[in-house]
Amino acid sequence: MAELTAVVGIGQTKYQAKRLDVSMPGMIREAAERALADANCTWKDIDAVIIGKAPDLFEGVMMPELFLNDAIGGAYKPMLRVHTAGSVGGSTGIVAASMVQSGVHDRVLCVAYEKQSESNATWALSIALPFSLATVAGAGGYFAPLVRGYIRRSGAPEDTGIRVAVKDRQNALRNPLAHLHLEDISFDLVANSPMLWDPIRYLETCPSSDGACAMVMEKASLASKRSGKVAWIHATEMRSEPTMFSGRDQVMPRATLDNAAALYKKAGITNPRREIDCAEIYVPFSWFEPMWMEGMLISERNEGWKMTYEGATAIDGDFPVNMSGGVLSSNPIGASGLIRFAEAARQVRGLAEKHQVDGAKKALGHAYGGGSQYFSTWIVSSEKP
Amino acid sequence: MRDVAVVGFTQSPSMRSEPDRNEVEILIPVIDALRKQTGLTSADMDFICSGSSDYLAGSSFAFVSGLDAVGAWPPVCESHVEMDGAWALYEAWVKIQMGYADTALVYGFGKPSMGDLPITMALQLDPYSVMPLWPDTLSIAGLQARHCLEKGILTFEQMAAAAARDRGHAKGNPNAQVKGDFTVEGILAEPFLANPLRKSDCAPISDGASAIVLAAGDRARELSKRPAWIRGIEHICEPMDLGVRDLGRSRSTEMAAAKAGVGKGKIDVAELSAPFTHQEILVERALGLGPDTKVNPSGGALAGNPLMAVGLSRIGECATRIWSGEADRAVAHATSGPCLQQNLVCVLEGE
Amino acid sequence: MSDANEAANEPIAVIRTPISLDYHYSAGQSASRFLRAIAQGKLLGQKCPVDGRVYFPSRGACPQHGVTFGDEVVELSDKGTVVTFSIVRVPSENIPLELPYITINVLLDGADTILIHVLDAKLEDVRMGMRVQAVWKPKEEWTTSTANILYFRPIDEPDASYDSYKEHI
Repeated sequence: MAELTAVVGIGQTKYQAKRLDVSMPGMIREAAERALADANCTWKDIDAVIIGKAPDLFEGVMMPELFLNDAIGGAYKPMLRVHTAGSVGGSTGIVAASMVQSGVHDRVLCVAYEKQSESNATWALSIALPFSLATVAGAGGYFAPLVRGYIRRSGAPEDTGIRVAVKDRQNALRNPLAHLHLEDISFDLVANSPMLWDPIRYLETCPSSDGACAMVMEKASLASKRSGKVAWIHATEMRSEPTMFSGRDQVMPRATLDNAAALYKKAGITNPRREIDCAEIYVPFSWFEPMWMEGMLISERNEGWKMTYEGATAIDGDFPVNMSGGVLSSNPIGASGLIRFAEAARQVRGLAEKHQVDGAKKALGHAYGGGSQYFSTWIVSSEKP
Repeated sequence: MRDVAVVGFTQSPSMRSEPDRNEVEILIPVIDALRKQTGLTSADMDFICSGSSDYLAGSSFAFVSGLDAVGAWPPVCESHVEMDGAWALYEAWVKIQMGYADTALVYGFGKPSMGDLPITMALQLDPYSVMPLWPDTLSIAGLQARHCLEKGILTFEQMAAAAARDRGHAKGNPNAQVKGDFTVEGILAEPFLANPLRKSDCAPISDGASAIVLAAGDRARELSKRPAWIRGIEHICEPMDLGVRDLGRSRSTEMAAAKAGVGKGKIDVAELSAPFTHQEILVERALGLGPDTKVNPSGGALAGNPLMAVGLSRIGECATRIWSGEADRAVAHATSGPCLQQNLVCVLEGE
Repeated sequence: MSDANEAANEPIAVIRTPISLDYHYSAGQSASRFLRAIAQGKLLGQKCPVDGRVYFPSRGACPQHGVTFGDEVVELSDKGTVVTFSIVRVPSENIPLELPYITINVLLDGADTILIHVLDAKLEDVRMGMRVQAVWKPKEEWTTSTANILYFRPIDEPDASYDSYKEHI
């Protein structure tokens, strides 16, 4: 039986286009130090370090965790490096949690990061291999046809994506760490922004950010003694499926549906829409909010867009989504999943400041990656299970 | 802690270059053979974890195509480390400990022949101050060997003897790449490749893959007549900077060995993945191995070095010797990073 | 003197370290058969030995079942149906096409998987279900690459029904 585990410290950098004032080690150390301070711990109190980031080609360093490890107190400790495509931040959180849940360690530190200013992600994602014609322009080029498939299936109004983009950027104005602070965000501003990968507009896409996110997790016997608020991990789950096979449903992959069902079962949730107070969902292109509302079994099939349309996913709605501003407002790729997990924990600790959902007790953190094929999720709560 | 055992192991032959097969095609027969060996399919695996490197493949998300070899349908609980498969095994072992899984498939694969490996590996080094000098793997390892020789920590003869022993053992291993009757005198007569390292001091460059099945408790007993129980497993990472480490010993291996309980009993067999002879000697000493331990009966990394799988294969080579009764207690070692920066130690026992 | 001091105080924010690595890429045994055929102007689908589904282009193995394709191949038509599409207006240094261009997920007649390619059509005409056909490079330029097909163009056939291709979105 797994040891009950809690998030006891969270640290994030400010997310921005270029962090020229710090190196990669400096940037991840900044997040790690903040997490330790939040957990009232020192480097010595950490048993193991888990590092996550997206492909090595992004920064041009092979297995960068090897040179980064000692910057976050990992010298002469166990260290693991997780890499599961875009879901890697979420997976990093899950691997870190499992180190404590297994009884192997008492307290661990995890850090996920990306320093996109030291790289060119679109280049790294679109390297032309021989024997084929390169036509897919980065992640947007890959996902746009799937978004069109969703619109066709669900009959969603064409402006659903615009509404998501406006809402998330409005939420970002409440979050001082968010990369994008678009004071003049409006429906018209998004609607009139250039169409990049039809049907995805410029302001419906995520930015490219530098930044790191860190968390300290510890076992219940330690966490229970704390006077400060902690986030109890009720369940974690992950699922993967192949990128392409005949008849694969790329819009609503079985991996997301299986993942959601297994997660809720573990967490004892029977009605996710009612029992979960808020969610941070990996939405790199605005349309993925309604898609993953369905994929996470929060809405009925083909009706996820109604939640956006009716304002259910707004910060004052009945199921707030992406209170922090989400991936649409900050996107250090490798960290983006862990930021979702961290925001869920901040909410149930009641420490989300101006983007706090009143009375949030149970929250969902979510990440996905690859060709909508890797999913990692967790449920955290202010209460023990 | 739950009892967890290695109950299945398969590997591809180590080859200097797989000219025709891509990484998935190298991996498919390995996974397929494991299915036949254990009778388990992907659907029977509660957890799957793999180790591979994008820079070996020269493109992002190389591990995604690895999933094609598994037949990940219906969707699987799966994770990946950008590390040798031995660390993927560690993650799977943790998942079994927490009760998330009773069975796990672990695999590692790499095709370093696609690129110029010694140069590619320079990208592991500090990108701001070291990597721009493009020091290759042999030069970095050579610095360590020189340090050990000058300090009197080891001798050329000891290094040559390690190579001769491993390549001699490898004669009995159909998957080994470099094998034969080498002598200390013959090796010492070789010219230097990167002074003080000779060709025989260096592991070959190998393409290859390997895979393991782990199972817990009674499930392991169902699947194997004599499961290879993991009695201790630990890994430790040192700082990368060569200037802050004692290059004359492998402190992280010593720490991992103590935690894994290597010294608690006699070790019959040790399988080491140190890619240079001087490093193999340092690891042997760090593990505290004596004359009653047979070191590298398969030939170890010096006889076949499929990066990202070589450490995992060491665990598998130990397990097969426990299954057969040839060994009662064995220790496997995996390494990563320049000059033995990060090391994993795994103790296996028969019942 | 003061200039030197100023330079010394200037923070070093960025250093450039150009990285260039060469790789020898193998298509693999299974995909090689498909590539040799396309060099002859033939579109060969490979059958999954488990469920008989026809894969084009070949990835070398059936990802659903984890098996390599056997010897059974199927020659496909160069006509197909647009399953879904996007109009791309973002430049990418790896892609030598003029903006905007249309990418399509096209289901070739006889195939059970989609091919991602480009469509030469008026932007306002492209739609899901549209029937299209490959336009090939001159024969003397054919190589072992799906780039032998320059692009697809619309053909004068009625649109395919949504039900006929919806499984492939």
